[in-house]
Amino acid sequence: VSNIDGVTAGRARARPAVRRPRGTWLEIALFLAPAVALYAVFLIVPVVEAVRYSLYAWDGLGPLTDFVRLGNYREAFGDAEFRQAMGHNGILVALSLILQLPLSLGVALLLNRPLRGRSVLRLLFFTPYVLSEAITAVIFLQLLQPDGLVDAALRDVGLGGLVQLWLADTKLVFYTLFVVITWKYIGFAIILFLAGLQGVPSELHEAAAMDGASSWESFRFVTLPLLGPTIRIWAFLAVIGSIQLFDIVWIMTRGGPAGASSTMASYMIDQGVNSYRLGYATAVAVILFGICFVFSLLYQVLVLRRDVAGGTARMAG
Amino acid sequence: MSAAGTRAARTGARPFATAPVYVVGLALAAVVLVPIVYVALGGFRTNSQIAADPAGLPDPWVSHNYADVITAGTFWRQLGNSMIVAAIATALIVGVSSLACYPLSRMEFRGREAIYTFFTFGLLFPVAVAALPLYLLLHQLGLLESLLGIALPEAAFGIPITIIILRPFMRAVPVELEDAAAMDGCGHFGFFWRILLPLSRPALVTVIILSVITSWNNYILPFLVLTDPGHWTLPLGVANYSTEHSADTAGILAFTTVSMVPALLFFLAAERRIVGGLSGAVKG
Repeated sequence: VSNIDGVTAGRARARPAVRRPRGTWLEIALFLAPAVALYAVFLIVPVVEAVRYSLYAWDGLGPLTDFVRLGNYREAFGDAEFRQAMGHNGILVALSLILQLPLSLGVALLLNRPLRGRSVLRLLFFTPYVLSEAITAVIFLQLLQPDGLVDAALRDVGLGGLVQLWLADTKLVFYTLFVVITWKYIGFAIILFLAGLQGVPSELHEAAAMDGASSWESFRFVTLPLLGPTIRIWAFLAVIGSIQLFDIVWIMTRGGPAGASSTMASYMIDQGVNSYRLGYATAVAVILFGICFVFSLLYQVLVLRRDVAGGTARMAG
Repeated sequence: MSAAGTRAARTGARPFATAPVYVVGLALAAVVLVPIVYVALGGFRTNSQIAADPAGLPDPWVSHNYADVITAGTFWRQLGNSMIVAAIATALIVGVSSLACYPLSRMEFRGREAIYTFFTFGLLFPVAVAALPLYLLLHQLGLLESLLGIALPEAAFGIPITIIILRPFMRAVPVELEDAAAMDGCGHFGFFWRILLPLSRPALVTVIILSVITSWNNYILPFLVLTDPGHWTLPLGVANYSTEHSADTAGILAFTTVSMVPALLFFLAAERRIVGGLSGAVKG
């Protein structure tokens, strides 16, 4: 989960910057040193190394000698399997925005009404989000086995004709995974939108109603604009998450069969771990990072800029 | 939240059709619950029961699947490993980030914003991007097969978000407190330890929860680094259990259910803080 800029950013900005010249350089250095050291060794170094490795043809064992310049990148962009994986990430982004957004917004609107048992429902919808990706993947692996619960349930209600090879049909498997991903992550969107809805004053709806607005108009012209910042942050997280998706795909299908459910990250790990092509795999990692980076920058500049109070605005520094 | 709800109810913004709302709500609740309940109930069945009727209920209920999981060492060892990793990673993240946040939030020096930006930059790197070079680095450091080798990178990747959440909190602590502490002879570290940290407690709780959940669910690093089953963490253990015992469906269901329990307990115990912390942290 990236770009969380603090609940309190707004509150803090209300104060003037603290004026404190009193720390000596030594003191400042001592306070900063542990974080800088940890961060440099285990984050900066591997990322820089990734860029370096990506320029070599390398199996990860011998010395780095076979310098291929941008050869790994050229190969990746020309590789049908990698392009297929990129396409899957693209489909995932589109499906998340087109299907998950209305669904989660609808449920949030529903739960925002006075409703008996609302807090239980809220708790329930959030539960999948706290289960790990590994557990989610294993649960659905069992459910979706041939003759597993899903198949049996369909047959029991007389819809046996709909039974499919959910995880083995190359045309279907990626959409099966999308359903699993939605199950896992939709609760987060619902909670986020519910928090956003709390910030919409009911007086505005009353005013709109007095002006003769229908409930759709009230939603469209009052609720939706006020939820804008929350929706934009959610969309950012959903897109980044879709681009980086790995765990659920890897555990459920390893990206298969025949690459039919691969993502860029599963392709990368497959190349690195199973084919021992570390140079090439890190080139894929750098591409993956590059896509996230460009998207983050564009999103900051084009979309989030107007949400001045919104968290991520300052993220890119 | 409920206060706002009742207010909306009183002011009666709009009438609504209750029955359809409940139907939709319950249907969605079923979609969420059925997979979890199925797995939990399946653990009480035998493999032949499951094969005969995948959608059936336990008949008769058997407890040996759960008994096996709980009496064998595997689950407890993995639980312990996960707890060790989460504890080390969280202690490191909170320790080093709060130390760093003190000068970053309350001292003025050249390059402060540059250092802050340097830290926030890390948000853009998912662990997956660095996973393979991290593996090689841990190999060089002799940290493969070691829980510390998981916790250290987790801590490094958790620093950006932690600093971003903590800094505004620490910045908001009134300057007068710092002056008073200085007059009482309290040095920088004394002020940090006795006043700044206690006052940052709400932010620290959010940060700790984020860090524990992230570490608890981490799969890719343990997958790359830990090959010895004795070192596996829970996510790796659950995923591997289902491939290794693929013939024993009931056993998988029981093992998976038992592994859900710690996360669910944590969630129930800290629901308000988790939900508030996560949504608040993101929403801004």
